[in-house]
Amino acid sequence: MSGVLVVQEAGRNRISFEALAAGRVLANITGLSLETAAVGDPNGNVFTETSGLPPATAYALQHPLLQDYTPDGYVLAFEQLIQKLQPAYVVFPHTYQVRDYVPCLATRFSEVLISDVVAIGAAIGDTTGPVFTRQLMQGRLNGNYRHTGTGPCFLSVQAGAFRADPPQAGTFTILPFNPQIEPAQIRTAPGAPFRGSSQTVDLGSAPLIVSVGRGIREAENLPIVQALATALGAELAASRPICDNGWLPMERQVGSSGQTVAPKLYLAVGISGAIQHLVGMKASQCIVAINKDPDAPIFEVADYGIVGDLFEVVPALTEAVRAAKE
Amino acid sequence: MKIIVAIKQVPERDAQFRIDSSAKWIEEADLQFSLNESDAYALEEALQLKEKHNGEVIVLSAGPERVGTTIREALAKGADRAINIACDDLGARDALGVARLLAAAIQQESPDLVLTGLQSEDLGFGQTGVILAELLGLPHATLILHVEKTDSGLTVKRELEEGWFQEVSLPTPAVLTIQSGGNKLRYATLMGIKRAKLKEVRQLAATELGEAAAPVVVLDRVNLPQKQKSTQILPGTPKQAAAALVEKLKFEVRVL
Repeated sequence: MSGVLVVQEAGRNRISFEALAAGRVLANITGLSLETAAVGDPNGNVFTETSGLPPATAYALQHPLLQDYTPDGYVLAFEQLIQKLQPAYVVFPHTYQVRDYVPCLATRFSEVLISDVVAIGAAIGDTTGPVFTRQLMQGRLNGNYRHTGTGPCFLSVQAGAFRADPPQAGTFTILPFNPQIEPAQIRTAPGAPFRGSSQTVDLGSAPLIVSVGRGIREAENLPIVQALATALGAELAASRPICDNGWLPMERQVGSSGQTVAPKLYLAVGISGAIQHLVGMKASQCIVAINKDPDAPIFEVADYGIVGDLFEVVPALTEAVRAAKE
Repeated sequence: MKIIVAIKQVPERDAQFRIDSSAKWIEEADLQFSLNESDAYALEEALQLKEKHNGEVIVLSAGPERVGTTIREALAKGADRAINIACDDLGARDALGVARLLAAAIQQESPDLVLTGLQSEDLGFGQTGVILAELLGLPHATLILHVEKTDSGLTVKRELEEGWFQEVSLPTPAVLTIQSGGNKLRYATLMGIKRAKLKEVRQLAATELGEAAAPVVVLDRVNLPQKQKSTQILPGTPKQAAAALVEKLKFEVRVL
């Protein structure tokens, strides 16, 4: 067991650099060295962009069967790299791709991926090893986890939880790593990615967004939130359950599976603030939350909050906005 | 098609949590429990596949006695039978330990398809299905919104990030983790609830499914999150709070 290996995801620089930052935290706590790896051409642009002081060694995993992502291909490739390097920690960004293959990879080593980590701290008291904080109960509770296995410790870090470092000059070596993979070992056939529907709503460029969640209870109640959006001149958006129910089109969904937004004003109505929603809007300049539950996680990121029944607060607010604009 | 749906009973989402005296978990006596949302979508997908292609839908759940009510709900919605792994120490097992229990029960049934939700609302590890695939030696796909049976297996619609999707083809038997929103959930009918009482629920003890290995990941303690921002709560009646917010929007946020 030697270093901290950070696996970057091609085309996902920001969250990969955040994983690098988390890897640096871990390397500082443990005194271990930092290495990185990614699937890509060692002579191509796989590591041309950097963040922080580059790790001394970067491994570029290359094989024709890694051209298109498949869980089987990636598990085989990283299993072989990990066997060769024997890292103590393997750090990933918590992306859909990582969620798709890393639990399998960890199982190969009889380990469990500590997923969606938001903080890494030094050992507490007489326990050994770093403490990994994860969110439980949709963000209403934090849990401190510790790795007790004998194999490598696998973890993935939540988008936005660690700050990517600005690039620093430094030299590093890119080493090619060519895993052994046979075509018959790839059991799934991936198709080319496609867009769901024609995007007619660009929430990303809207300066004001009024967003609605489960608290609205029925599709029939949506007009009261629409009226507020209209009064403000804001786009209407929603959390996932609203779009799942077909009450608003998927293109109006904000969150990890929808759009990521950072408007001047994000007004969340009846949205409790599950992690998947928060990652899509917490960079907003001003967040206002209206919710009947004072413990709702949305209030942890809100600048202003009104604790109350949205069916009373929203119409009152709409009226006050209209009056203010007259 | 013989389909097993692995479901989990979780605390209801609006529950108020109190940390218990061990500081390692919450007071469960306070809580109401219900079916994990993405597991409900997994069950719905299984029921629709059965309606199209015939076969059998078996729900599988591990946990203490209270899990029985969630299993009955699944049977009332149309699952044919159930397997209940009685396990009072679920929290002491890590994701691999729980998946080993489920995998041992699944192996006895040799299904064509194993479905589960993409993640639980309580622990949110999001990996039981993927670990199951590895333990069972089966191919898998995650974040699935739609399943189509083909001559050689399945073609599934997989959700990618930021509004992108992808089709994936894979042979059966296979494991899929289901994303919410792919189908409209059904309610149990009165007739369904009546019939559910007569359906088979096979009880398995966790001890029958092999020795529990020592966990490789442990939850040391839980705590209530610290606020990231200092939220200014605007008090008063709805009208007063609305007026106060308009002032803020006008003079501080400057959007009015």
